[in-house]
Amino acid sequence: MDLKEKLVAAFIAFENRDHIDIDSSVHDIRYKAIGNFENKGFPTKKDEEWKYTSLKPVLKYDYSIFPTIENNIELQEVKKYFLHEIESYKIVFVDGVYSSFLSTTTHEEADICLLSAALKKPKYKMIIDHYFDKAADNADSITSLNTAFAKEGAFIHIPKNTILEKPIQLLFFSTGKETEMMLNPRNLIIVGENSHVQIFERHQSLSKNVVLTNSVTEIFAHKRAIINYYKVQNDNKKASLIDHMYIKQKDNSIASVNTFSFGGKLTRNNISVYHEGENLTTNLNGVTIIGDDQHVDNHTLIHHQKENGESFELYKGIYEGTATGVFNGKVIVDPEAQKTNAFQQNDNILIGKKSTVNAKPQLEIFADDVKCSHGCTVGELDEKAMFYLQSRGIPEKEAKALLLFAFGNDVIEKIKIPALKTRIIKLIAEKLNVELGFEM
Amino acid sequence: MLEIKNLHAGIEGKEILRGINLEINPGEVHAIMGPNGSGKSTLSSVIAGNETYEVTEGDVLFEGKSILGLSPEQRAHLGIFLSFQYPVEIPGVTTTNFIKTAINAKRKALGLDDLPAKEMLKMIREKADMLEMDRKFLSRSLNEGFSGGEKKRNEIFQMAMLEPKLAILDETDSGLDIDALKIVANGVNKLKSKDNATIVITHYQRLLDYIVPDFVHVLYNGKIIKSGGKELAFELEEKGYDWLK
Repeated sequence: MDLKEKLVAAFIAFENRDHIDIDSSVHDIRYKAIGNFENKGFPTKKDEEWKYTSLKPVLKYDYSIFPTIENNIELQEVKKYFLHEIESYKIVFVDGVYSSFLSTTTHEEADICLLSAALKKPKYKMIIDHYFDKAADNADSITSLNTAFAKEGAFIHIPKNTILEKPIQLLFFSTGKETEMMLNPRNLIIVGENSHVQIFERHQSLSKNVVLTNSVTEIFAHKRAIINYYKVQNDNKKASLIDHMYIKQKDNSIASVNTFSFGGKLTRNNISVYHEGENLTTNLNGVTIIGDDQHVDNHTLIHHQKENGESFELYKGIYEGTATGVFNGKVIVDPEAQKTNAFQQNDNILIGKKSTVNAKPQLEIFADDVKCSHGCTVGELDEKAMFYLQSRGIPEKEAKALLLFAFGNDVIEKIKIPALKTRIIKLIAEKLNVELGFEM
Repeated sequence: MLEIKNLHAGIEGKEILRGINLEINPGEVHAIMGPNGSGKSTLSSVIAGNETYEVTEGDVLFEGKSILGLSPEQRAHLGIFLSFQYPVEIPGVTTTNFIKTAINAKRKALGLDDLPAKEMLKMIREKADMLEMDRKFLSRSLNEGFSGGEKKRNEIFQMAMLEPKLAILDETDSGLDIDALKIVANGVNKLKSKDNATIVITHYQRLLDYIVPDFVHVLYNGKIIKSGGKELAFELEEKGYDWLK
């Protein structure tokens, strides 16, 4: 039985075991989703959107799908993955199961808790009916797979006029107690009018066993809401992540997603943003630094549907060894979306002689009064700059690290949580194998 | 201190230096003059260890030992400094961070601990003030958007910080107005001692009014065709290079 068949067969057992009310709207959604997944299956390289990323190497395992018991882990073991220096809310999952011990949730200034609770409790029914699966695109078979098994993840509902001072950390650990495990976390985030939130997300495997995470996050940003989302990816080389973020924005909202990809075997970041209001802004930024045979694919879609929308995308990639990268940036500007300003830039440095990057901007512009631009560069380390630094006594390795750090610096500068910025800088120094402070 | 013996070097098979001989002792200032394309910048690049150039014959000794097998950073650690004709712009790295990294890298190579931050800062301020440098340049990205003169001043600032034994100033006067030239020359003169040496590479005699050389060498077509005292520079200024050919 291949993985697809196994997943489809497991679906009924999954609903039964979770005591899903088959009359509920959630059941209908899941049922449709598994049907869609069954029809389409996993995407292959024949699909245009998956031309440069093959899932084959990660689909060959016999994954266990249901996490059973709460696997306890000691805080000390995982503390380094938290931003422990600052006060924050934390929603932590271990092998797909909520860890109350590691989490700090709330129902006071906002609901920062669990999707499993929100799906079941009557008091959240209206919200779930209104938002759950309303941004996700189930025409995407992997998203529908997640929807079918959507059970646990973060549920964040920030009421209007709430400025959340403390960031929210979402941590997804896998212990490796199962040798090959697939996880399908599902997050739902609703940010009310005039509210601000900062979210930090990390998927981390704690063993050398194989993990495949298929994560879906839906975000709704209401009028004048501000959301800053940070994804830190530094997983070990047996862990793969397929992540879909679906963001719907209303008038005057600002949504920013910063993706830092330094690890993992295969990482696919899909971010789809839908502009459902006017005068709103989307910022998508990313830094990728990978080596060996790692693969990172950043796939973005920004759909400008109304007037005066802005979007800015800046993705930087550094590829060593035989690493491969993809940047696919699609921008759609509807006929109604006049005065749209869409900017996209993707810069890459190939260090490994056998490293490659495929960059593909796709602009579909149906309005006439717009400013849209895209640019892409692929280069090597600047030899003149290397000689300049070395002639001042900076050894080759450090000189290289300094230049690479400088290359990614304009994205790093956008991090608004100082503790996170420090952490990212440290991770980059580790990744580049140097002991530089990079105090800029 | 520096001994260049029958040095031949080129780029992509094309010979540029065709047998240079030169000896420089501590405390001396040497000027190397010559028309465009004579090999002045190649010579300075080869001494500093730029791997773009290939040495085909001869040797370069520093304090008695060949340096041709050493990396640029190893040469820097020995005390060789090249002030670039065209300093490279490095966005994202501030001048302060750059010089701190350079100084501590050198200290590490010499088996010393990092210079304490307080001392580093004090030194940075002193040297910047000596060169009448606007301190705001220190926190800006290295050379990014600097004018030609600001870049050259920044080179001499780095030299002041690194305190080299042998400083090679490659066309340091180009891009400088007369006031900046005086400040830069004044900085170079202050750094001069009986233990260090300076090579001034220049096209014009102008800089030599302020940094007075002990010896002047004329480089032409990859060879030193004439050497003399500082008066040779005046002669070149008057007559040009043609009479030497």
